[in-house]
Amino acid sequence: MTTMTKTEGEPALPGSDPFLSVRDLHVRFSTEDGIVKAVDGLSFDLERGKTLGIVGESGSGKSVTNLTVLGLHNPMSTTVTGEILLDGQELTGASNRTLEKLRGNKMAMIFQDPLTALSPYYTVGRQIAEPFMKHTGASKREGRAKAIEMLEKVGIPQPKTRVDDYPHQFSGGMRQRAMIAMSLICNPDLLIADEPTTALDVTVQAQILDLLKDLQQEFGSAIILITHDLGVVSKIADDLLVMYAGRAVERGSVREVIKSPQHPYTWGLLSSMPRLSSDVNEPLSPIPGTPPSLLNPPTGCAFHPRCEFLDLVGGTRCATDRPDLPAGRGSACHLTAEQKQSVFIEKIQPRLG
Amino acid sequence: MSKDTTITKADAVPSPRDGASGETLLEVTGLTKHFPIHAGFPIKHKVGAVQAVDGIDLTIHTGESFGLVGESGCGKSTTGRLITRLLEPTGGKISYRGRDITRATRKEMMPVRSEIQMIFQDPYSSLNPRQTVGTIIGGPMEINNINPPGGREQRVRELLETVGLNPEHYNRFPHEFSGGQRQRIGVARALALEPKLIVADEPVSALDVSIQAQVVNLLQKVQAEMGIAFLFIAHDLAIVRHFTQRVAVMYLGKIVEVGDRDSIYNRPRHPYTHALLSAVPEVDIDGEDRERIRLAGDVPSPINPPSGCRFRTRCWKARDVCASEEPPLIQLGGNRDGHLTACHFPEEPTIAAREEDIILDPALAAIEGAAEKTL
Amino acid sequence: MLRFLVRRTLGALVILLFISAFTYFLFFAIPHDPALLSCGKNCTPDNIALIHRNLGLDEPIPVQYFHYMVGIFAGRHFSVGDCSAPCFGYSFANSDPVWPTILNRFPLTLSLAAGGIVVFLLVGLGAGMLAAWRRGTFIDKFFSSVSLVLSSMQIYFVGPIVLALLVYNNQIMDQPKYVPISEDPVGWFSGLLIPWCVLSIIFTAGYTRMSRSTMIDQLQEEHVRTARAKGMSSRYVFFRYAWRGSLIPIVTMLGLDIGTLLGGAMITEFTFSLAGIGRLAVDSVLRTDLPMLMGVMLFSAALIVLFNIIVDAAYAFIDPRVRLS
Repeated sequence: MTTMTKTEGEPALPGSDPFLSVRDLHVRFSTEDGIVKAVDGLSFDLERGKTLGIVGESGSGKSVTNLTVLGLHNPMSTTVTGEILLDGQELTGASNRTLEKLRGNKMAMIFQDPLTALSPYYTVGRQIAEPFMKHTGASKREGRAKAIEMLEKVGIPQPKTRVDDYPHQFSGGMRQRAMIAMSLICNPDLLIADEPTTALDVTVQAQILDLLKDLQQEFGSAIILITHDLGVVSKIADDLLVMYAGRAVERGSVREVIKSPQHPYTWGLLSSMPRLSSDVNEPLSPIPGTPPSLLNPPTGCAFHPRCEFLDLVGGTRCATDRPDLPAGRGSACHLTAEQKQSVFIEKIQPRLG
Repeated sequence: MSKDTTITKADAVPSPRDGASGETLLEVTGLTKHFPIHAGFPIKHKVGAVQAVDGIDLTIHTGESFGLVGESGCGKSTTGRLITRLLEPTGGKISYRGRDITRATRKEMMPVRSEIQMIFQDPYSSLNPRQTVGTIIGGPMEINNINPPGGREQRVRELLETVGLNPEHYNRFPHEFSGGQRQRIGVARALALEPKLIVADEPVSALDVSIQAQVVNLLQKVQAEMGIAFLFIAHDLAIVRHFTQRVAVMYLGKIVEVGDRDSIYNRPRHPYTHALLSAVPEVDIDGEDRERIRLAGDVPSPINPPSGCRFRTRCWKARDVCASEEPPLIQLGGNRDGHLTACHFPEEPTIAAREEDIILDPALAAIEGAAEKTL
Repeated sequence: MLRFLVRRTLGALVILLFISAFTYFLFFAIPHDPALLSCGKNCTPDNIALIHRNLGLDEPIPVQYFHYMVGIFAGRHFSVGDCSAPCFGYSFANSDPVWPTILNRFPLTLSLAAGGIVVFLLVGLGAGMLAAWRRGTFIDKFFSSVSLVLSSMQIYFVGPIVLALLVYNNQIMDQPKYVPISEDPVGWFSGLLIPWCVLSIIFTAGYTRMSRSTMIDQLQEEHVRTARAKGMSSRYVFFRYAWRGSLIPIVTMLGLDIGTLLGGAMITEFTFSLAGIGRLAVDSVLRTDLPMLMGVMLFSAALIVLFNIIVDAAYAFIDPRVRLS
């Protein structure tokens, strides 16, 4: 139908080569009910030291993409095609041994729920020190000293005694700090944070987000922040990728996507959530319908069954012809640039208040 | 701030509301729930208590939407369960339309039960998977022996239509519906008995963003059309602001501030309310003129809450008096009627950015302090 | 920990008291007079009365029970002689003292059960873990099918077949026998090898399936994924993270199985004509030999209770959340 090559070419600034580059990534799971197309032709770039926010709802493929980057998918039931280049190194076909050397070292990950993501059987200090000892060959004593240093850096009080605590002796926020300490201990070039604050209280979330942002300055890691919350990305991301049903539907800098979004799905996301500053008498404008099943995604544009603006495109184009995501700033939608702009200004902006 | 300002006095202050008639529907005074902790040897005995709710007062008026916000462990969900009498209060008084229902027996509760309904957070575990939608929604009518004109089935079909589901789905089972649709079934069940008050405990937080708005709109429609009062419990401050006219902020089992929406969100006085509002990640690129407050650490355990003011261990204004004396929930000078704050050293009534951010988190303070020095 | 042990020991004593009373009173509900056993052919009512008095059966049952319990802790005087604590009395059938008899028979049953545990844990856990490690492959399917077949095998069915194949027909191995380990370790091992394997068959199958499924569950835990995300090797993740988590359900199952295992050991003793506690229990039931039966019952119950205390204490070693709360 559409050629994938069109989606290549990224918003990379001239002269700065992307340090992580994902090209035409497809991830499929075989399940009892059929093949799930979890990620369907995704391409994006990330520069050194920058933060990319990936926004989408459950089932949009945002988490799967990043597990695939680290090679943490289940190889028995998953088919991965496409390219993942980390600093010029191809990861899609890489051996487990190669990936093990990169994980926790050059690329690290923070998970959503720090209670289940830390093992209850080992001390926090041991779990933090493990990747350091493995990747640098440090001794137990050096590992422990480094773990204490990292705990201090992420703001755990009395790190010298807390290093010997077990995760269940930590509060939720402290556990997530320990996860951050663990992920940064080898000074990774790439840090993937999968909903790092969703399980936390609001006041703790703010601390953790600021901490991630501040530590990024210090460690210089590039961050991929996966979230369903546009508010969270707008706090710390530079660029934004909006995903729907396994595909990227809009891309641009955070400012561009939030100030002048182009895709009807992004419009829907923005206008369905109330803000502290929005007009309380204005009802929310939800996206009608429900997210599609990835077993049997809609033809054409996957969003068309829920889209308000089919008529503007006219005919059956949205249902038959899958729109491409152009290079750089843009959205995968059949509306013309003028239509997008006028719809946003006339219909969407008033809703946002 | 004399000592004789009792907490109950606060309730006498009339609450300004948008439109509603002003008749008191539910009044809660000194409501307390302590969950005992048993341990010991050789015979287990009570060694302490989780002070989930510790003496709160609130009033909900007919047709009003009242919000309860706070972080985990603040007791907001327990409060909801106490009011619906799913939990037995340890102390205090709940009166519904002037009748004391705190210790009402099952039989005495019968007429009240049908008027106070609950919507739960998890649309997956709160519906019996072995019952059809018709049975789930019609069940409350059967138990309370209510026979609407046209029959119960007809009424259930009407309710399905009201909540935006196909009446033809009467005989389907919950697993055939998506999360958002299940939450609609939960709403229909709550509406079946034509309640006067619905306690909604985090009704949208388990749903996807695009579905949340659908359910919030449905609840708003129901509230406006049927004049049902809501106790809306949530941790999402923006949704509470959107949905409710009056809001109470809870912290470790206490209400620290309560007032009309505008007062709480734009002129908060309690430092915790300030911290909470400032922590909300807003979709904002520039124009960040809100204050920035970053507390240190997490909420302490409700098993051994701090003495005096419970927020003092995380508060930047805490002094000795905060540890020795519990601040009463009172109307401070300059506050609107009904805007009550429990604080010895209240903040200025504004959420605008301060000259200097308040950063209590040691890691943030260290990094940002170092960055400032190098500048 | 000490407090835990004291509390559990007190609880265990209460349980044993209940078991002893229950067994004692149940015995007298059987319409059978133990005096008939030693009365012989020319039994007169006078003889029976005499035997009753000698055995202490002429007193009310609660009083008899009281004397019995006191005897365990304080010793007891019988017409045949003094019986020092712990006194479980003398056999009705052959006047053997109960306690020394049990102590004499116990090493065999202990050897049998302990060897059985070692075999089924080694083979069962090993096969289960291998199946989980190579999930979905031929090895996994092979172990799963074999364990399904083995779990339907009974000791009294497999035992004679093995004996016929290995001992009687082909003379590959000697007839199973018991030699105390202190006398001849090699003989002890070779004599019990066949009973161990036969006893552990059903358990092996159960532990294979159990350890496979708990390992697969554990491998899907988020903290296992975190360990992989840190770059730890598959083997390290498997043994340090996943296996550690699967120990709890395995130890729980072991605690539940200890009673079944003792029962299995008794059947095994019968199958291979070995004279252990199991043999003793069955004989004393058939002879309505109350003192011996009581002794065996209480001894086995005490073993099971003790083992369960050990299992509960093991939780604390495995899981810091149990230890520190």
